[in-house]
Amino acid sequence: MNNKIGHWFYFASPQNFYPLAGRMWPWFAALATALGLAGLWLGMLVAPADFQQGEGYRIIFVHVPASWMSMVIYLAMAFWAVLGLTFNTRLSGMMGRALAPTGAMFAFLSLWTGALWGKPMWGAWWVWDARLTSELILFFLYLGYIALTSAIDDPRRADKAGGILALVGALNVPVIYFSVKWWNTLHQGASVSLTKGSSMAQTMLWAMLLMGLAFWMYSIAVAFYRVRSIILERERHTLWVAQLPEVAQAPATEEKWS
Amino acid sequence: MSAFVAIVRRDLVLALRRKNEVITSVFFFVVVAALFPLGIGPEMNTLRLVAPGILWVGALLASMLSLGRMFAADHADGTLEQMALSPTSLPLLVAAKILAHWLLSGLPLVLLAPILGLQFDLSADALWVLTLSLLIGTPLLSLIGAIGAALTLGVRGGDVLLSLLVLPLYVPALVFGAGAVQAQISGLGASAHLSILVAMALVAAVFSPWASSAALRIALE
Repeated sequence: MNNKIGHWFYFASPQNFYPLAGRMWPWFAALATALGLAGLWLGMLVAPADFQQGEGYRIIFVHVPASWMSMVIYLAMAFWAVLGLTFNTRLSGMMGRALAPTGAMFAFLSLWTGALWGKPMWGAWWVWDARLTSELILFFLYLGYIALTSAIDDPRRADKAGGILALVGALNVPVIYFSVKWWNTLHQGASVSLTKGSSMAQTMLWAMLLMGLAFWMYSIAVAFYRVRSIILERERHTLWVAQLPEVAQAPATEEKWS
Repeated sequence: MSAFVAIVRRDLVLALRRKNEVITSVFFFVVVAALFPLGIGPEMNTLRLVAPGILWVGALLASMLSLGRMFAADHADGTLEQMALSPTSLPLLVAAKILAHWLLSGLPLVLLAPILGLQFDLSADALWVLTLSLLIGTPLLSLIGAIGAALTLGVRGGDVLLSLLVLPLYVPALVFGAGAVQAQISGLGASAHLSILVAMALVAAVFSPWASSAALRIALE
């Protein structure tokens, strides 16, 4: 029993996760590149022009996956927050903080590409529509998380406070979404739905799914890369970090100061 | 339960000894509501349309202004640590502090809102719904705000940070609170909006004291 739990938590230790993340992130980055190139090729060159929206619709291949990822990453942060608050593992807080900037970036990208798409289609850069507004609020939630965690000096306290905020936000996201939806809706309905199938051509769907997967792999790669930096920063006083080849070879700048 | 009553009474007495803090945030509400017509123009038809939104946003900002004080003084003199150590459960004590905050900075806004509504030429019906929606909505604001206040306790630049954390979470309260008045004005009836507002307030009443005390324990570590 004990042994089993030990196995589960083996990679919860920053010391064990650091080399694993180091081995994995290049693979995820390579996958992201390959899938992204395939998705762009399919979306930009193969997929036919839309009969109503012309060539302008092609921004969908960035816009929709970016919106998906902005929500998925918030859920992932909430997941790590639950793990961190229940099991008190250090790595969970680090993962949450490694994910937040990527999530904020995707939320911003989604808003930006949405504005670029909205101008030719609706004739306005911005409309106060339910989906746009809830995406904007999601962006604010990301900024709040980043601001709170970076304002607290003690990293452990920052992780836990950020965890609570991420959970409260995750509970609030559906409420915000439905409240804003009731408030006003102009945005076109979802083009891909699990229950009704998809309302668009097969190639377009494939291109969008490929781009979605590419963004997903990119997020994992970047989060792993960033979490490695966070681990090094937090664990710099430990022996195992000092013995890492990349640290041992670096010129010892600390000596001058001590 | 006696601890609950004692904390509410203590917070009220403390606030009455230093009245300016309470009066400032109420006054803020009045001033903000008076600024909007100056910015928008004196056209009564326009003002009647935007009045619910303005009064609600004003109430939201006024209630947020006083959030920073909810735990700060107790944190500074060590009372908060004693509360965390006491045998009474911390969420109950936090709930008492939230209730005291609402009595001091939510209730005055509710009582003032109909008078300010008159300045915007709202009908009697709309004034009634506005008051009711604020009566349900301001406790919700205090409940959500308590989580933010607990999270930013003793943090550098906490007050500005608090607004960044709390305002996005206030959106549903604003949508349904101001929406209730709009619905009443347009003849749809406000009961649906008010029911949802009550539902959200009840959910928040269950979760907020608990989440706030978890955040307080982290701050006190």
